[in-house]
Amino acid sequence: MRAPSFNPNRPIGGRNQSAGEPTGNRRDILLRLMRIVMKNYKFSFLVVALCIVITSVTTLASTLFTRTLIDDYIVPLTQAAMPDYGPLADVLMKLALILLLGVVCSYLHSVLMINVTQGTMLRLRTDMFRHMQSLPISYFDSHSHGEVMSTYTNDVDTLRQMINQSLPQALNSLITITITLISMVALSVPLTLVSIVMAVVMAFTTTWLGKRSRRHFKQQQQRLADVNGFIEEMMTGQKVVKVFCHEEQAIKQFETINEQLRQSTYEANRIANIVMPVNGNLGHLSYVLIGVVGATLILSGQVELSLGTLVAFLTLNNSFARPIANVSQQINSVLNASVGAERVFRILDQQPEADSGHVTLVNAMEAPDGTLVPMPLRTGLWAWRVPDQPRPRFVKVDGGVQLNMVDFGYTPDKQVLFDIMINAMPDQKIAFVGGTGAGKTTITNLINRFYDIQDGTITIDGINVTSISKPHLRRSLGMVLQETHLFTGSVLDNIRYGRLDATDQDCIEAAKLVNADGFIRRLSDGYRTILSGDGGNLSQGERQLLAIARAAVADPPILILDEATSSIDTHTERLVQQGMDSLMKGRTTFVIAHRLSTVRNADCIIVLERGRIIESGTHDQLLALHGKYYQLYTGHDL
Amino acid sequence: MIKTLLRHIGQYRTAAILTPIFIMLEVVMDVLIPYVTSWLIDDGINARHLPNVYRYGGLMLLMAFVSLAMGILGGRFVAKASTGFAANLRKAMYRNIQRFAFSDIDKYSTSGLVTRMTTDVTNLQNAFQMILRTSIRAPFSLIFSIVMCFVISPRMSLIFVTATVILAVILTVIIKRVSATFTRVFKQYDVLNSAVQENVSAIRVVKAFVREDYENQKFELAARGLYNLYVKAERLMAVNHPVMNMVVYGCIIAISWFGAQFVVDGQLTTGQITSLFTYVMSILMSLMMLSMIFVQITMSAASGKRVVEVINEVPDIVNPEQPDAEIPDGRIDFNHVSFAYKGGSGEYALHDIDLHIQSGETIGVIGGTGSGKSSLINLISRLYDTTRGSVAVGGKDVRTLDLTTLRNCVSVVLQKNVLFSGSILDNLRWGNPDATLQQCQQACRIACADEFIQQMPDGYNTHIEQGGTNVSGGQRQRLCIARALLKQPLVLILDDSTSACDNATDARIREALRRDVPAMTRIIIAQRISSLKDCDRILVLDGGRVNGWGTHENLLKNNKIYQEICAIQDEDGGDFDEPNGRKEDAR
Repeated sequence: MRAPSFNPNRPIGGRNQSAGEPTGNRRDILLRLMRIVMKNYKFSFLVVALCIVITSVTTLASTLFTRTLIDDYIVPLTQAAMPDYGPLADVLMKLALILLLGVVCSYLHSVLMINVTQGTMLRLRTDMFRHMQSLPISYFDSHSHGEVMSTYTNDVDTLRQMINQSLPQALNSLITITITLISMVALSVPLTLVSIVMAVVMAFTTTWLGKRSRRHFKQQQQRLADVNGFIEEMMTGQKVVKVFCHEEQAIKQFETINEQLRQSTYEANRIANIVMPVNGNLGHLSYVLIGVVGATLILSGQVELSLGTLVAFLTLNNSFARPIANVSQQINSVLNASVGAERVFRILDQQPEADSGHVTLVNAMEAPDGTLVPMPLRTGLWAWRVPDQPRPRFVKVDGGVQLNMVDFGYTPDKQVLFDIMINAMPDQKIAFVGGTGAGKTTITNLINRFYDIQDGTITIDGINVTSISKPHLRRSLGMVLQETHLFTGSVLDNIRYGRLDATDQDCIEAAKLVNADGFIRRLSDGYRTILSGDGGNLSQGERQLLAIARAAVADPPILILDEATSSIDTHTERLVQQGMDSLMKGRTTFVIAHRLSTVRNADCIIVLERGRIIESGTHDQLLALHGKYYQLYTGHDL
Repeated sequence: MIKTLLRHIGQYRTAAILTPIFIMLEVVMDVLIPYVTSWLIDDGINARHLPNVYRYGGLMLLMAFVSLAMGILGGRFVAKASTGFAANLRKAMYRNIQRFAFSDIDKYSTSGLVTRMTTDVTNLQNAFQMILRTSIRAPFSLIFSIVMCFVISPRMSLIFVTATVILAVILTVIIKRVSATFTRVFKQYDVLNSAVQENVSAIRVVKAFVREDYENQKFELAARGLYNLYVKAERLMAVNHPVMNMVVYGCIIAISWFGAQFVVDGQLTTGQITSLFTYVMSILMSLMMLSMIFVQITMSAASGKRVVEVINEVPDIVNPEQPDAEIPDGRIDFNHVSFAYKGGSGEYALHDIDLHIQSGETIGVIGGTGSGKSSLINLISRLYDTTRGSVAVGGKDVRTLDLTTLRNCVSVVLQKNVLFSGSILDNLRWGNPDATLQQCQQACRIACADEFIQQMPDGYNTHIEQGGTNVSGGQRQRLCIARALLKQPLVLILDDSTSACDNATDARIREALRRDVPAMTRIIIAQRISSLKDCDRILVLDGGRVNGWGTHENLLKNNKIYQEICAIQDEDGGDFDEPNGRKEDAR
């Protein structure tokens, strides 16, 4: 499908994020991420926290056990004349039970965190995809495929380590720090102040370094996306690269962006790697400071402080500094995750397609009195349901389409369509002709509201399209695009794409209607043949036939056809032509025409030039005009 | 696999070697600092000796400073080594992909290659960084602790030996199962990637048919598949941690029990038991570290395999050892050529084709879908190798010719053609990087592209979107022809390259080719008789065999298929597409 280009100055790789600028600073992003994690896994987190507490206690128990073992059991045993190992066995059993509890908790913790992590990633991926489906076409026109793909894999992956390891680690550290801090205050307030000052210094350096490396992490993810986009584009065109012996240049180009990626990854990691040694050694500094201050205090005798307290405090200070260092060890993954999350949120925060329509499309039946009654099942008769007060009104879908003084530009400053007036009566066939850029595709994109008009109105059966709910509007319009896109799946699945509740029989009927049945039956598995890679195993013409069958099974009242220009062998071309013709029967059809026969048979031919209608009428009328159409038709200048 | 990977550390070897050294020095400092700490307490504070407090405090600060310096350097080198390693891997993959023959390209999917070069490489980079950072620390302290245990009590050490064996067995079992699962995890990444790719590129179809919900379900299936596999793999790995804890705790209890008896028997002192406990804890710590490495390695092993697969893929077609870089003229000979696609159904796409084309001749090729037209011309520039028989250009077997020379002399405009994001000029210069603007314009005039380029706001500097989506099909084809002409080849092959152009433009392109590059051998595949009838000779292909071979008049008289095609096309009339390039407005 042709994506109209409206900003030739756009940077390569579709990097303009005008709509979804950074979602906030790092803290906001992480908080938002945390909210998402917490919202769904509050209970899991509670259990994990409990597990962490229990595990810390059991670890502590095993550490403290040594002294108990020696003082309370072994020493008495050595002194006893008849050693009784009973009490030792008892206490070992108890210990074993406690340790087992610790093991169970640590396993539970791991399993829960795996669920939390992978569950959050799954949720983000599906939320993102769901949201992406609601974005306007312009979003897809302005972002490279590779870059979008990168968000689903590389960016979401950055969250794994953070949620799985950094979060519990932070929780663990928080618990330790709290306990230690309380003990420290109990021992000595002035020394605690020294400890806290040092902790603040640590926090400050971590933040400072974090800020510096975040820029690089951000750059790293962007460049990763660039690399992704570049590879995607080049791999798609790899055969052209071969044919032009362009390998060396392709390598050179790749090496430039690859080197850029390496640079920013290196910078990001280099700075992040400083954090741990800095904090570890600030811990040592804090130790010395407290030693010196404490010793000075004791020796000067100004403050009451015992030697034992100082020694105990020094030990505590170590267990105060260690968790801080541990947390800072995670800085790497946290920063990376904040950047990845930002890119995820950027998609989630994109403005979805506006849809304020309230008119819906329903199946209907004509009551004896001539009024329309909505039906729950397919009747073949469609009606617009207009929710008027006090009771809804039903309007029969005839397929009359009017464009009234329509102006449009992809960007506000550049208008591409001017004063378009079209009146398509039900079942009429309207053909658009004109050179590239005249605005043929653009008009069809306005009818189905891929883009919204700036001025004028478009109505279907007298109802303004803006008041029709978008899904319902699009369901009433069948489209066959110039470039065929097929999906991985069976032939039947691909036809059924037009209407999900179509039975196999419906699909086969549709295929027969548009002449696709013949070639499908010749495929290795007939209708069950699996297509992959955009139907790469089919010829152009066969792909088009499937696309037409897809539109046929949808059976819409209005049809928009963009005749394919790609080359098909004469036999298939005839089939396609006949398929299109039988599809158009009984429907209002807009066709961007390339074939002479299509144009000639149209009820109204609209000649476009530079976004304006310059001529319109039937073939004979237009020929008689001796204007642009005549010129196009005969291929001669006037 | 590991060998291949290690080879790509390349110029970052120094950094990779320096890292453990710096980290080792840092570890030494970390080990020594506690000693100084105990001096500070014993000889300084406990002795109420302030100068000693300052002395040892100063020493400690000095050591901390050294440790800091080592830490920073270690961090810097590890970053350098691991990111460089990753960059080298991407480069190696990309380079090898550039060497791929068409048949190799057919084998890999775009999304698969993208995952390999991003997700998989990032995994390897993380694993490498982890290994460098902990490879010294963990085993160092593990071995040190175990040796110390042996020194203290060889009999008690049997406990450790037993424990290690148990651990080793369990870990091996886990590794085996986990690595199998991870292989599937990364395959699922490909599925996810292609789900997104397919959706994004077909978004207009999705929206036109209001299939957003259906697409959501499809995607969720792919994403959930990834979730399930990942959870399975990680749960298996999660077993490893508690198992290790359990074994170590078992050791503690065993030491307590037997240790107590040994002490009572007088074979062990209480101090030694305390030390044994310390070592158990340090063994636990290093085992944890090792298990983290092991997790990373297992995860990245699957990635490593996928990366190495691309790096080590031997292209089906490589340059001959002593390539002949001399192609005298544009003569083309097919000597009893048969051809089947590798990895295909094994059926022959071409059967015993024997054709001889003179230099400067214009040849038309026509035939139905699957008649082998594209397969035939792909053999000329050796995009594929023949299965039987040989193809010669300029009288020389293509397999003896230098590939670059051959492909520069034989310029193919592919049926599925692609423009790349960049300016029009950038795209044209694919044909000849040194082409001047005049040369580009000249080529575009022949391809009837100059006229519409001139109309564009930025002319030759107009930006082309990815895949050339902002120019029409006909314009894209004309740009592709111009791009091919810039190579100034001996042979020009147009594989259905003017199908989207109207008859008049098509005719003008053919006329321009005849006028401006008469000596060029031209092979034109087309569906329109009008595009072919002026050719010197026309080849009618059917089911991979030559069905007719002669002039238009001749075939019209003698060839049934050709007659049929002519009959249909006469009654059908022509196309009505982008008439008169000159008149069309570009925006």
